[in-house]
Amino acid sequence: MRFTLNGTFRRIDAHPLKRLLDVLREDCALTGTKEGCGEGECGACTVLVDGAPVNSCLVPIAQINGARVTTIEGLRGRHPLQHAFVEHGGAQCGICTPGMILAAVALGKKPTLDQMKVGLAGNLCRCTGYSAIYRSIDAVTSTARRNRGDRKDREARSGSRTKKPRTRAGVTR
Amino acid sequence: MIGSLSHRTLLQPRSLTDALKMLRDEGPLVPLAGCTDLYVSLNFGTLKGTRFLNLWGLAGLKDISVRGDVLSIGALATHTDLIRSPLVQKRIPMLAAAAREVGGVQIQNRGTLGGNVANASPAGDTLPVLAAADAVVVLRSAAETRRVPFTTFYTGYRQSVRRLDELIVGFEIPAIHGRQWFRKVGTRAAQAISKVVIAGVAPAGRAGSVRVALGSVAPTVVRATRTEAALAGGATIGDAQRTLLEEIAPIDDIRSTSEYRRRVAANLLARFWADAHRK
Ligand SMILES: Cc1cc2nc3c(=O)[nH]c(=O)nc-3n(C[C@H](O)[C@H](O)[C@H](O)COP(=O)(O)OP(=O)(O)OC[C@H]3O[C@@H](n4cnc5c(N)ncnc54)[C@H](O)[C@@H]3O)c2cc1C
Ligand code: FES
Ligand code: FES
Repeated sequence: MRFTLNGTFRRIDAHPLKRLLDVLREDCALTGTKEGCGEGECGACTVLVDGAPVNSCLVPIAQINGARVTTIEGLRGRHPLQHAFVEHGGAQCGICTPGMILAAVALGKKPTLDQMKVGLAGNLCRCTGYSAIYRSIDAVTSTARRNRGDRKDREARSGSRTKKPRTRAGVTR
Repeated sequence: MIGSLSHRTLLQPRSLTDALKMLRDEGPLVPLAGCTDLYVSLNFGTLKGTRFLNLWGLAGLKDISVRGDVLSIGALATHTDLIRSPLVQKRIPMLAAAAREVGGVQIQNRGTLGGNVANASPAGDTLPVLAAADAVVVLRSAAETRRVPFTTFYTGYRQSVRRLDELIVGFEIPAIHGRQWFRKVGTRAAQAISKVVIAGVAPAGRAGSVRVALGSVAPTVVRATRTEAALAGGATIGDAQRTLLEEIAPIDDIRSTSEYRRRVAANLLARFWADAHRK
């Protein structure tokens, strides 16, 4: 089986029906991808295949031959979402976090609260109550906007760095 | 994973022709599409098959196209493909609506229309849509192609007319006149199997005829033809609801009760008919 894993070409000699989840954890020694339920319900095992989130517990490795797979390790700890989840309490126990972040990556640049809820509906979290997760994602969007150097936007936000982005998507009331 | 792999094999056809020959010569084989149903059973240790046929990636089986007045949807089109397809949005928006309510994005990215139909769960969300759309199931074996009206595809609980040497290759959907309507009632908006799911078509002006189909209320999807006739004939909604309750036979199970399903089905029919007459 050949595929691109986090930007690197890989050849894996495994049973073609082996779950992508097990190949990642056992054959590739990448244990960032978690198993929660093993039945497609929780999203803890989410990875990106050709950019699209899938549950790696439901994917036989034969079906990713030639594909591009991104796991949480592929974000190299440097993705803005990873920092935002730390900063805004988007991660507590952390079991859902790798899958949650990858599903959030697939939301694109400026998701609305509704888009976040729909896009993350397949990712369960037992700790955060979700608000902190939505806030974390929203913070990245707002940071991106600040970094584009819209001065007015920046001035409007200074002093209310954490509050402003929250109200934009109406996450907290 | 609980289910062991050592005694299982996977056949990897390069083309549809290849796949159909394998089914004929090396069967019985269990086809694998997006695996969102199959791998749940595999992980549970309840999957019976030992020999599998990989359909994922078979070129051509994902196509969505229009020929003449008929929309053709390949069996391997995923729920995400259905949601995004302008042809589906335009010609059969109730199918896009159903696909949007299947699982979460991870399931939509992998689960296919062919898998939803072949899996034959009475709760499959696309099933009432295909029934109300007068869809045709296209089955192919090495020897022949058969076109079966969707409303005669299932023969009983999880049983269909598909033979072991056949694959579902796609669906043909004739033009639908009138207003389409879809509702799913489940425990939560996403990731939940339906307690009741309904698709309807209401005539708009002189175009189209009344169509009503429901899932999760009988061993197979139900096309409620007597209810349709009642509505078309000008019956009161109360009478139409009573007719509907004679056409469905829901059960008590872990997701819901028969009584609840009957109430919800009747309410959904009233909502459908009210919405159909809203300007
Ligand atoms: C968490 C979760 C949530 C879900 N939510 C929903 C939901 O809300 N609504 C809903 O309807 N379903 C839901 N499902 C079920 C499933 O996702 C759908 O039924 C999906 O469409 C199945 O497609 P698949 O390609 O993954 O099928 P597979 O798992 O690959 O196959 C299913 C069955 O169909 C057979 N098969 C597949 N393709 C063909 C073909 N072309 N010809 C002949 N046989 C074939 C297989 O052999 C197998 O028996 C959910 C599943 C999970 C795990
Ligand atoms: S472990 Fe894959 S969805 Fe829960
Ligand atoms: S942080 Fe614990 S499950 Fe989400």
